[in-house]
Amino acid sequence: MSRSQQLYEAMILDHNKKPRNFSVMDPHTHSSHGKNPLCGDDFYVYISCNDTEIEAISFIGQGCAISKSSGSMMTEMLKGLPIQEALELKESFLEMVSTDISPEKKKSLGKLKVFEGVKDFPARVKCAALVWRALEDALGAKSGETSTE
Amino acid sequence: MLNPNIRKQFPVLKHIENGHELVYLDNTATTHKPLRVIERMTKFYTHQNATVHRGVYGLSQSATDYCEEARKKVQTFIKAKHEEEIIFVKGTTEAINLVAESFGRFHLKKGQEILITEMEHHANIVPWQQLCIKHGCTLQVAPIKDNGELNLEAWKAGINKNTGLVAFTHVSNALGTTNPVQEMCDFAKAAGVAVLIDGAQAMSHIEVDVQALNCDFYAFSAHKMHGPTGIGVLYGKHELLKIMPPYQTGGDMIDVVTFEKTTFAVPPARFEPGTPAIAEIIGLGETIDFLTEIGLNNIFHHEHTLLNYANIKLKEIKGLRIIGEAKEKNAIVSFVLDDIHPHDAGTILDTEGIAVRVGHHCAQPLMKRLEVPATIRASFSMYNTLEEVDKLVAGIKKIQGIML
Repeated sequence: MSRSQQLYEAMILDHNKKPRNFSVMDPHTHSSHGKNPLCGDDFYVYISCNDTEIEAISFIGQGCAISKSSGSMMTEMLKGLPIQEALELKESFLEMVSTDISPEKKKSLGKLKVFEGVKDFPARVKCAALVWRALEDALGAKSGETSTE
Repeated sequence: MLNPNIRKQFPVLKHIENGHELVYLDNTATTHKPLRVIERMTKFYTHQNATVHRGVYGLSQSATDYCEEARKKVQTFIKAKHEEEIIFVKGTTEAINLVAESFGRFHLKKGQEILITEMEHHANIVPWQQLCIKHGCTLQVAPIKDNGELNLEAWKAGINKNTGLVAFTHVSNALGTTNPVQEMCDFAKAAGVAVLIDGAQAMSHIEVDVQALNCDFYAFSAHKMHGPTGIGVLYGKHELLKIMPPYQTGGDMIDVVTFEKTTFAVPPARFEPGTPAIAEIIGLGETIDFLTEIGLNNIFHHEHTLLNYANIKLKEIKGLRIIGEAKEKNAIVSFVLDDIHPHDAGTILDTEGIAVRVGHHCAQPLMKRLEVPATIRASFSMYNTLEEVDKLVAGIKKIQGIML
């Protein structure tokens, strides 16, 4: 398998072509706009949650295969998850795409492990991270705008 | 075509990227340096290093002489009338900022208009925008056509009695469009309007004659013409430079300093405060000798052979659309691929050892006008080959194989 095929795993390509939960969600309780002006990745993340749990989550926008599939798989993984667990998953994901992580952490990421190859492409880490930073921004009720550049 | 042996003069082309011989197609961003330029700069630091304009000792006098020789070489290269019209700056960006600050703030009047075009690089937009904010001028933007050519009639119509300055690029970095600069200068000068040309993408590709153009200012960077980074040139007509105030102040640009008052040196020193980039200036001089020996006409024909071949081969690829098909172009091809984001394309090409630029090319308003978030851009230089175009084509087919 070539280097580029290691990055563009079949699951990543599938989520790029058919992104899940790819819509505006209205009403929602939290949202954020994640944007990398240099490369043009631009996504909105919408969340509906109660005090403890993410009840529904969606995203919409445009960007490269890495950023879009990252958004698609994030929404699949986080729906129905306690907020605390979602934030822990976010930390593990961001760690995995930029450095080597422990086997336990990797296991906790489930199918998100397909993004492991991103760490060998430093210029693309910001693509994988963008929607997750938007999630963090939305749940933290921060500025409502975020970037990974 | 140029003799392929020319590649041997550029040591970095031997670099292996991801197991492949480097195919460097990002010459619009920066160009590689021939060994003789690298060696000239090394020789300066190894045997000749001293500052300039402190000529009581031999080394400094020599360093000053080398820099002034480089100034004369630039003068000859762009056919300027006087060597004092050559100001050494960091690059095109600083050159344009210098004109915006010094000429713009002191010679444009509140309410006057500055006319640019839709295809400008941010470096030829933002300094004017900032000047307008600070100084009460208005920025006007002339449109382009869908094929990436300037809408010349609309541009001409954009010049009126309130226009104080027009600034336009010689060659578009994002699309490759070569503007009809002579016609534009003739028209603007007949209307009594000052002209600045952003020549960053023209130097080392097209012959430039600033006297024939009759432009007031011409800006360029050495690193985009096979010279060093950190050095560039602002050409300015002497009659304007001599009445323009300094852009930055300090040492080397003064006449007499007391604590009450300072009088400034005459151009070019007035615009060159502080210790200059001496080795880079000398390197630029060597670059000009190199280019002159190869001959700009030969370079132009080589690059256009590559451009024509790339156009033919790329158009054969299904799902590929070239962005910018002006009749007059430099060897720059911007394109998009159906259903594939340029960043994914760029990453896959990189794994094949092919370096292209993907993104908005510091021309966000242009991308918006063309309704693309980004493009893939291949730009060619004297050392590129037809085989490298074939490798690009094979790389694009690989991208489509993986992504579609």
